[in-house]
Order: sequence, then structure tokens, then C-alpha cells
Amino acid sequence: MSLAKISSVSGRAVAVPGNDIDTDRIIPARFMKCVTFDGLGEFLFYDVRKNADGSDRSHPLNDPRFKGATILLSGANFGCGSSREHAPQAIQKYGFKAIVAENFAEIFFGNCTTLGMPCLSAKREDIAILSAAVEANPGIEVTLDLVKQEIRFGGQRISATLRDSARDALVNGRWDAIGELLEGRNAVAVRARTLPYLAA
Amino acid sequence: MAQSLFQKVWNAHAVRTLANGQTQLLIGTHLIHEVTSPQAFGMLRDLGLKVAMPHRTFATVDHIVPTDQFAEPYRDPLAQAMMDELRRNCAQFGITFFDRSTGRQGIVHIVGPEQGITQPGTTIACGDSHTSTHGAFGAIAFGIGTSQVRDVLATQTMALAPLKVRRIEVNGRLRPGVYAKDVILHIIRVLGVNGGTGYAYEYAGNIFDGFSMEERMTVCNMSIEGGARVGYVNPDETTFAYLKGRPYSPKGEAWDKAVALWKSYASDPGCAYDDVFRIDAADIAPTVTWGINPGQGISINESIPDPRNAGAPDEKASIEEALAYMKLKPGAPIKGTRIDVAFLGSCTNGRLSDFREVARFVKGRKVAAGVKAIAVPGSQIVALQCEKEGIDKVLSEAGFEWRAAGCSMCLAMNPDKLIGDQICASSSNRNFKGRQGSITGRTILMSPLMVAAAAVTGQVADAREVFSLNN
Ligand code: SF4
Repeated sequence: MSLAKISSVSGRAVAVPGNDIDTDRIIPARFMKCVTFDGLGEFLFYDVRKNADGSDRSHPLNDPRFKGATILLSGANFGCGSSREHAPQAIQKYGFKAIVAENFAEIFFGNCTTLGMPCLSAKREDIAILSAAVEANPGIEVTLDLVKQEIRFGGQRISATLRDSARDALVNGRWDAIGELLEGRNAVAVRARTLPYLAA
Repeated sequence: MAQSLFQKVWNAHAVRTLANGQTQLLIGTHLIHEVTSPQAFGMLRDLGLKVAMPHRTFATVDHIVPTDQFAEPYRDPLAQAMMDELRRNCAQFGITFFDRSTGRQGIVHIVGPEQGITQPGTTIACGDSHTSTHGAFGAIAFGIGTSQVRDVLATQTMALAPLKVRRIEVNGRLRPGVYAKDVILHIIRVLGVNGGTGYAYEYAGNIFDGFSMEERMTVCNMSIEGGARVGYVNPDETTFAYLKGRPYSPKGEAWDKAVALWKSYASDPGCAYDDVFRIDAADIAPTVTWGINPGQGISINESIPDPRNAGAPDEKASIEEALAYMKLKPGAPIKGTRIDVAFLGSCTNGRLSDFREVARFVKGRKVAAGVKAIAVPGSQIVALQCEKEGIDKVLSEAGFEWRAAGCSMCLAMNPDKLIGDQICASSSNRNFKGRQGSITGRTILMSPLMVAAAAVTGQVADAREVFSLNN
């Protein structure tokens, strides 16, 4: 399986501010009643984006100035809560290619990486600077550089971090582990034989 | 060198190091349910792959099952479609499925232990964040995403970096009316909802030594609410006694060998931890949440926080957001807050001991007028045991609806839901906005006995007073 080498992501950005944005907020559980991930994008942030009658509420994703944004900006502990991959899938299917936040919940971070969607951490002040620039000029091109671990926009640059294992996986096109895991088949069988509960 | 259980189990299951530095880790036991597995089976089909070790994957159905309807088709066609899909996938790939017709169906984190599938020294994965529950047995149990469910199905392994280990010791004596649920709510309150990021939590101290398996499961269950993906208790005689004679437990000679091996996995005395945190059991009170994440908890006799007293601006904003959603008054006592719904159940507190404890105290009492109270056993086996002991009768006579096994009102994927801005006293594990099925619905997390106290008084109450427990 050959996967894209993701060393940078460029595009327009949109800020969905707030800390502890949990996976129930990202994709409410009732939309998880599905047997494929197709079509999940339209339910992204549904309960904060829509009124009960389905009409739009005021939300950055409903703001026409930010239509077509591919980089999502947010606060601390983004993606906390459930392990549901429906959350990163909804973000990706909506059209996002990367997320920048202060930090991320563990399982969510891993899920995003496996989908080839980088999650970069930046300092709160720096995200505020970036968000302000995007607010002032929604068309501004934002570039996330995974190799240099920095974000560039309109002549400015801020630093952003990505843990080594995830950066390596994305940059070298190994973000989906399945190919490499399959190659280890024989070693797996050998290991399994050493464990009584698996040898039986 | 002295090692922790986490290190020993990790090393025993490490297959090799991958190019990105992660470990290819063998997953001995894989548990699946209807919500996060169909897409993984779809990916498997797309890639033309088979299930590597079908006998090491076990399925049940829990999130979408209606608790008031057994006959199919279900009223909700989407729920029925998910049920059908799981059946089809299990049949096609040769996976054991504890369907409702087997009498062994239930919430995945209750079924594994009940069947003796959850064992010490093993690695367990499930596409569900509360997989940490299984750590109560001294297993390393991970909640995983759907792509990883696919990885485990296809290879019985996944790619992972090791975690750091924080030992959390709780010593001393718990006061009457303080339960395992209060212990974990207290831990999360103190260490924060993301305090555990990057860590496995090892729970220890005389409180955990004395806990039953069910109490240990309640605590390990909510590790994830504290940000820790994995939580565990070292296996001991209590663990072995629980497992003996269960359907999937080793038998005869194999049992003795297994116990010897299991003992060897326990953390060595004097092993190094990345962090140690100590709590005095006497500091823990019956705890309830007032906000929209499980770390926003206070003891029953405290007042609801006032944003004006907040330290950081951040904290102020999060208190304001929570209070606006919860429609609670800053500075007011939490005790006396009117409730509309009382929910007993979930993988945190839907076990026999939880219902026994509630039944013992609500016998002869009545649910307050205007309160909808439901009691939902975590598994069909829990249901049957409760029915044998007459617990269902006691609860029904008190005014609880006695339901069939499932996740029920823990989350909004089946017909059990809050309506409008109802407030629910809940024995579940999450109080996120909209979690219980209404986008304005409100959740107050607490122990089962506190739910019972709320049910009979119609308000958030101190179970110690309501049921005259000696303080
Ligand atoms: S009871 Fe709640 S937390 Fe547990 S598995 Fe079901 S939905 Fe998840």
C-alpha cells in the first residue's frame, strides 16, 4: 500500500474556539447509527451548527467567509471523550485536511493520524494570533509545515509541534499502519505461541 | 529489574518495532460491538483481507438495542440495520457473537469479565473508550478507533507507543456512603479531565486491595474520563476468585498454571513509576458533577462554583459555559437541585452489586412524583441474577422501570433519551452536552445509591441522610 507523504498542508483556515471540545460535540451520537462513514461530514458539529428545525445557527462553519477552509483551529484538549472514529471521519469528510489546537485527546490524535490528518499543537497565544489573522482575512493562505514544525501565514510564522512518531508516519507516508502490520505476520505467530492464552 | 505490570504485559506482547518507532503490539483479546465495527469490516472487505484470529474476537450488541423491545425488527430501522450488519459480519468471519438470543448479551465491558474472557496479563482492545474497564483484572486494555479495529481484525496487532505509568494510591478508610464511583469522580476532579494523557493509571493502596472486582471495574471504567487511556489494578486473590469457573476461564490443570502466570504479571515491589499520586480515602465524599465534563465535580455538601472566584480566565469561561448549559446558579448548594429522570445502569454501574445496593435501601420507598426512574441491567446475566434475587420486584415496586440489558440512557443511540432540558441523576460516566439524547438535556453523574436518593426525593440529595447511613 503506498500512501501519500504528508509533509505540509496548505489552505484556508477556520477557528472553532473553545476548550474540551468533545467527540459528542463533533458528531452527536445519534448520527453514528450508520454502517459506513460516508456522509458523516454533513453532521459535523451538528447540534451547535443547526437549530432543532434544521436551520443554521451562528457558527464559524456556517459563516460564508470561511467556506472551503481545510484547516481547523481550536483550543485545548480537542477531541476528548469517546474513541469514536466517527469524529475524525466527520471532520475529514467535511473537507478538513489538518487540525491545529493547543493539545489533543490521546485516542482522537491517534485516529486522526491514521487517517492522514495531521494534528498540530501550538501555544494558545500563537493560535490566537493565527485566528485573528484568519478572522481579519479569511482568504489568507495558511501553511502547516510538518518538517520544520511551524505554521506560516501572511508573512508571519509560529511554531507548532507534532510528536515524533506521528510526524515520521505522516512525512514518510506510513500513517496507516496496516501494510507494515501485515508484513509482521510471521513474527506475530511466533509471539502468540509464547502466550498460553493464545497458544491454546 | 523490577517492572510494573504495564511493562511486563507490554513486553510479553510486543512483536517488533515499526519504522516510525512504534511497537507492533499483539492484541490477545478483541471485543467488538455494533457501532464501531461495521466500517472496519467494510475496510477489510475493500482490502480483500480476512480476520487473522477469529477465535480471539468476541462480539456483543449494546449501544443501539432498545431496552423495552426484544422482538425484531426494531422500531428504528437504522438500529435494525446495525444489528443485521453485525450478525452478518460475525457469521461471515467466524466470530463468536453473544446475540440477545444467547442469554449472554450485554454491554461489552460487562460481558467480557462475566464470561471470563477478560483475564490478567492479557492485552485487550475494543472500539470503545471505556475498554479501560477490563484493566480491573490486570489486563492492559485499550479503547481504539475504527481503523485500529480493522488493524486488529486483519492482524491481531496494532501500532502503538508505550505509555508512562502513574500509580494512584488510595489508602485509609472510605466513609459510609462513599463508593467506588465517588473514588473515581474524586480522582478525576483532582487530576483533571486530561491529567492522564499519555499515562496508564495503576490503581493501588488498601482501598483497591479491599475492593471487589465490580468496584475495581467502576474505577478503571472511568480512567478515560481522566484522560488515561488505560487503567489497571494488579491481579490478586480477589481477581482469581472472580474468574474461577467462568465459561472462558482456564479449567483444571490449566487453571493452576494460569494463576501462577497471572501472579507473575503483578507490578514488582519497588518498580519505578513515572509518577505517584496519593489520596487519603477519608478526603473522599459522595461526589456529584455540576457541569459538562466529568472533572466538574463537587462533594454533595459543596456549593456550585462561582465563576467570580475562578483563578484563570480560562477556568472562569469554562465555569460560565457549564453553568449556562446546566442552568444552575453559581454559589448555590447542589443539594436540592430538582431532577426529572433517574438512570441506574451503564458499564460504570450496571452490575449486580450496584442493583443489590440500591435495592437494599429503596425497599419500601417510592420514587418521587414526577420523576421518571429507569433501572437497566448491564447484561442479560445481571438481569437474570437480579430477577432471581427479587431485585427487579423491589425496584419496580419503588417505581423504577425494570428494563432489558443495554447501554440505554448512557448515550443517545437507542430510544431511551432525555427530553428537552430534563435533568438526569445518572450512574453513567459522561455528562457532556447532549450526551443523553437531548441537545439541551442535563446530566448529573453520581453513584447508584445517590441516584436512588435523588429518585426518591426528586432532587439531588445526600444518600447518607436519605437512607440514614451512619456518617
Ligand atoms: S454504557 Fe455508555 S459508556 Fe458504556 S459502552 Fe455503553 S454507551 Fe459506552
